[in-house]
Amino acid sequence: MTTASPTIDRPVSPQHKFVQRLLRGDQIAHLITLIFASAIILVTALLFFELFRSSALTRQKFGFSFLMTTTWDPVALEFGALPFIYGTLVTSALALIIGVPLGLGAAVFLAELAPPRVSDGLAFLIELLAAVPSVIYGLLAIFTLIPLLRDYIAPVLRSTLGFLPFFQGPSYGVGLLAAGTVLAIMILPFIISISREVLLAVPREQREASLALGATRWETASHVVVPYAKAGIIGSIFLALARALGETMAVTMVIGNDPKINASLFAPGYSIAAVIANEFSEATSDIYISALIELGLVLFCITIAVNAIARLLILATTRKSTAHS
Amino acid sequence: MKRVVSIVAFALGLAFTSCGSPTASSDSTKAAPARQILINGAGATFPYPMYSKWFDEYHRKFPNIQINYQSIGSGGGIRQILEGTVDFGASDGPMTDEQLKQAKTKILHFPTVLGADVAAYNIPGITEELNFTSDALAAIFLGKIKKWNDPELKKANPSVSLPDKDIVVVHRSDGSGTTYVWVDYLSKISPEWKSKVGMSTSVNWPVGLGGKGNEGVAGLIKQTPDSIGYVELIYAIQNKMSYGKVRNSAGKFVKADLMSVTAAAAGASKQMPEDFRVSITDSTGPDAYPISSFTWLLIPSKIEDPMKKKALTDFLEWMLTDGQSMVEALSYAKLPAEVVVMEQKAIAQVQ
Repeated sequence: MTTASPTIDRPVSPQHKFVQRLLRGDQIAHLITLIFASAIILVTALLFFELFRSSALTRQKFGFSFLMTTTWDPVALEFGALPFIYGTLVTSALALIIGVPLGLGAAVFLAELAPPRVSDGLAFLIELLAAVPSVIYGLLAIFTLIPLLRDYIAPVLRSTLGFLPFFQGPSYGVGLLAAGTVLAIMILPFIISISREVLLAVPREQREASLALGATRWETASHVVVPYAKAGIIGSIFLALARALGETMAVTMVIGNDPKINASLFAPGYSIAAVIANEFSEATSDIYISALIELGLVLFCITIAVNAIARLLILATTRKSTAHS
Repeated sequence: MKRVVSIVAFALGLAFTSCGSPTASSDSTKAAPARQILINGAGATFPYPMYSKWFDEYHRKFPNIQINYQSIGSGGGIRQILEGTVDFGASDGPMTDEQLKQAKTKILHFPTVLGADVAAYNIPGITEELNFTSDALAAIFLGKIKKWNDPELKKANPSVSLPDKDIVVVHRSDGSGTTYVWVDYLSKISPEWKSKVGMSTSVNWPVGLGGKGNEGVAGLIKQTPDSIGYVELIYAIQNKMSYGKVRNSAGKFVKADLMSVTAAAAGASKQMPEDFRVSITDSTGPDAYPISSFTWLLIPSKIEDPMKKKALTDFLEWMLTDGQSMVEALSYAKLPAEVVVMEQKAIAQVQ
């Protein structure tokens, strides 16, 4: 401050101006946060670059057939990623099919219908669930979910929906269905707690207006509040999906780890993250390591695609809702 | 750089000795004018309990020598010793010729202890010990024998009423030395396995579910009725799993235990090559358990630092003598005496 007065008389060079602005503090904060923000870009770019560079060997050898073939043979050094891509997408889709209705229902109840004290207590528990390590979910699944699936749920599904190809064949307990169910349980806390926050953030006037028009509380929740919060809810679902795509430990414990493509959800499968975790430590030949890294690249691209779709969806829904109002 | 390393080593050594019992640390401060030596190793998980016990005992004996071992898996051990990021590696499968060619300095194999894979199963209602012929094991894992009451299995187990149930095969999903030993055996006894599947630390399994780690396979076997899989002998013993006898090349059904595993190594020691890279699966000898294997330390033949070299070779000598007496307490099988003599001679190759 004391140095500021003599500079007034002198003609100020642009550099000086910059320094001055810098000294005022806002610019420093701006600069520092900018550096932090660009670090994220740097890390992402570096990640992509490293994955791309280290997988050069298999990209050259197999090209796009890497994505289309189904043989994964570390002895003959033949690598095809399709069963892993299939397993990853199927289990994640299953997780969403089971998890989204459950999570959304719970969030609506907690935000709209439950008394505040119950809502806060349950929200705390749900956040606790999000902090449980995935290996614990895997263990729980092995000891409770798998026997349950094999002995009770699978026979029922087979006798009622057995005409569909998804519910045929023997059930060992472990398999795509088990992995999808565990993932559903694991992503529930994300969907519930974020959706609940978003729903709570809907302005009170919206609700009051709807109630004043004679709508019931349920009608208000389903026709006014949820559509208003749609963008946030979709965001929570895609965050959950990203988590499901990358989940490793719990999936490998229950998916059966068999790189084959089966229509039946009872059959064992394999996911990208699981095979990398399983085989990387013992992979010795260069091309084997390169194949595993290329799998990582594929997963990275899938995640980016999912996030891009989420952005577009959110953009589309928000534009529509602003156009309405 | 070297100075920094030795300072760090010294500091670490001090830190570790001070963690020990008070008498030991006061001894060490008095009796350790010698330089602190820090040796780093990495590799196989299977012998890890044995190695950590050995390194701990050895450190107690010579407080200035600290051996760190990370059990990152055999593949990782081989990779790290090739890159020279560790002083020694460890592996459950011997290095291939191709891998040895990549090494900057020649790498020597030293067998340390023996392990074995057992065929563990879970068939509700059956408590008897099953007999497996080698053909039956290969056919089960190739997916050709599909039911427990297959004639091949019935013939080997005439007194057991095997159920008319589908066999669920369980294997390791992670790359593993245990898998290496198992498929090495199957490749030896079945030409079809050798041509169709082959051997490596992970393979393209024709059938079955994959479990992560011994505990994953064991969990799947326990959870799945009518299943069969392979786990390490020690793991099966410690977890009281039921496992079958396997018919060896002499035609006798042998149960895996410490005696029969050592017998397999003794059977193979007659044809032991100079570099100890030998598979002892399907070993000859009437009492040999056929799915046994050595596990190896991988030591570079040239060690620049004379202190480190002395520490490592002294340790090898100790491991082959005093060290072997601790082996059976941890349920590993001892090296046969013939192999110990051969290894003692081979230590001189480390320069």
